[in-house]
Amino acid sequence: MYKKSLSCPFLIWAAAFIIIPLLFIMYYGLTDKSGSFTMANLMAVATAEHSKALFLSLGLSLLSTVICLILAYPLALILSGSRLGKSGFVIFLFILPMWMNFLLRTLAWVVLLDTNGVLDTILKFFGLKGMKIINTPAAIVFGMVYDFLPFMILPIYNVVSKIDVNVINAARDLGANSFQTLYKVIFPLSLPGVVSGITMVFVPSLTTFVISTLLGGGKILLIGNVIEQEFMKGTSWHIGSGLSLVLMLFIIVSMILSSKYDHGEGNVL
Amino acid sequence: MGNKLIELQHISKIYDGHKVLDDLNLYFNENKFLTLLGPSGCGKTTTLRILGGFEMPDEGHVIFSGEDITSLPPNKRQLNTVFQKYALFTHMNIAENIAFGLKISGKSKTYIEDKIKYALKLVNLDGYEKRMPDSLSGGQQQRIAIARAIVNEPKVLLLDEPLGALDLKLRQEMQYELIRMKNELGITFIYVTHDQEEALTMSDTIVVMNQGYIQQIGTPEDIYNEPTNAFVADFIGDSNIFPGIMLEDKVVEIFGVIFPCVDTGFGHNRPVDVVIRPEDVELGAPGAGTVDGVVSHLIFKGVHYEMEVTACGQEWLVQSTRMYPVGEHVSISVDPFNIQIMNKPESEDEEAVVLDV
Repeated sequence: MYKKSLSCPFLIWAAAFIIIPLLFIMYYGLTDKSGSFTMANLMAVATAEHSKALFLSLGLSLLSTVICLILAYPLALILSGSRLGKSGFVIFLFILPMWMNFLLRTLAWVVLLDTNGVLDTILKFFGLKGMKIINTPAAIVFGMVYDFLPFMILPIYNVVSKIDVNVINAARDLGANSFQTLYKVIFPLSLPGVVSGITMVFVPSLTTFVISTLLGGGKILLIGNVIEQEFMKGTSWHIGSGLSLVLMLFIIVSMILSSKYDHGEGNVL
Repeated sequence: MGNKLIELQHISKIYDGHKVLDDLNLYFNENKFLTLLGPSGCGKTTTLRILGGFEMPDEGHVIFSGEDITSLPPNKRQLNTVFQKYALFTHMNIAENIAFGLKISGKSKTYIEDKIKYALKLVNLDGYEKRMPDSLSGGQQQRIAIARAIVNEPKVLLLDEPLGALDLKLRQEMQYELIRMKNELGITFIYVTHDQEEALTMSDTIVVMNQGYIQQIGTPEDIYNEPTNAFVADFIGDSNIFPGIMLEDKVVEIFGVIFPCVDTGFGHNRPVDVVIRPEDVELGAPGAGTVDGVVSHLIFKGVHYEMEVTACGQEWLVQSTRMYPVGEHVSISVDPFNIQIMNKPESEDEEAVVLDV
């Protein structure tokens, strides 16, 4: 009883700010303006404009997840390999940006990538052709990778660093060279961390609208932007909710896929 | 005498400025059960890791069948290791674990299947192919670890405290199992442990180590009956170690009492260490022995009673099947053959510090 009463504040919180809003979204998503049931809001995703945004979102999120994985995996291996004090400092360096506000970090990239921005100026200074990255899908991927990379590194590092050194030694002892040890032993054992990292990068990338607004200059619409506009610009809460439900479906599917591989060890955040 | 299979020549290893091994020289013969025995931090595991290739010595050479393998990585060495905490691959089932080394060396499918069957039979775990390591008990996992190592037909099996995590009963069973496996396989076992009983039970040869130095090499009987210094005497079994003076050949004085012994060649009035095993101290009626004393402690140990007798102002550890109650006046006598005389350590290096183990 004692323990149950302690969870009360959270239960109230969850009901007020998670469950009830979710029910509202479902209500709005499944009804029209007159309040009668309709699937039209869900079907709205099929319109050319919406489905283009959804597929662009999926594509860019997938790309940034893959880039994060390629960057994070070797780094996590190196970090866990240097077992002595040094790794603590490097990890600190990676976590440091996470303490800074997400908006600030993204805004910093606007300044860096902007036409006549820092990167452009430096390139021009060396007589090279300036780069126009801002307001392109590439800039959005840049932002996603930068913002979400730590969420890929940490779970992988966490799992890899817990692999018993003697398990790796055993593989070497049984004749495996470094590469065979990596793909036959270390990688399979690190899968829970990899899956966890993929979820933690893919889901926020899929739903972001801030990164695309700031780095896409409002010209590139992701599904997050579309939903935001439906709500904020007052077009239709019903369509916005319907699209949210569709997006939620994609998120739930990716969570189910990942939970199949993840046995809980990789959940660090 | 077998052939020298592996030889360690002048091996030194330093960790963080601390010398773990200092000019170690040791060789291992074919088809022997050899144990490296010592307290934690004595360098026994480091020696094993150097043999396995997981550690490079700072100085010295490892010779295997006449070939220098000092800088060879573990996967190129003809020896396999059984690790302390089993180190099984938890993402593979038992058959895949055992097949790991064979698959890498590119053996045929039928060969691998036969080998898995044979290995599981050897470790008494027939039919476990499809099980996952997590579903096995500690003792079973350790057997699988052994099976996984021996299917590769190594010339030497290195075992790093493999029974350390098992309970007493299982540990004793596994000791006999290991002796049987070694005899069936006909290969060399190099076994690392801090458990003197394990070492005495299984070994052909015991190497007692302390602080990076070899203290004594010998058969279990040699090590127990004729320890070369106070460290070995104290580490192997219980013992009374007293400072004594060798008055002349076959006469030693302990706490002012003269005891006859059988050792010669120590000269006159030479300070020595005297070792008397507790089971060799004989108790009798007061006045009937060499010196009188009073029983101060008594514990029942099952097979025998363990007593402490105060005599000459010293506690004597005594094991006897006959019980003398606390406070009883007794006499102590020791058969001259059971008094072991040892030189006192001469140098700081040789000093075998007695650790709490």
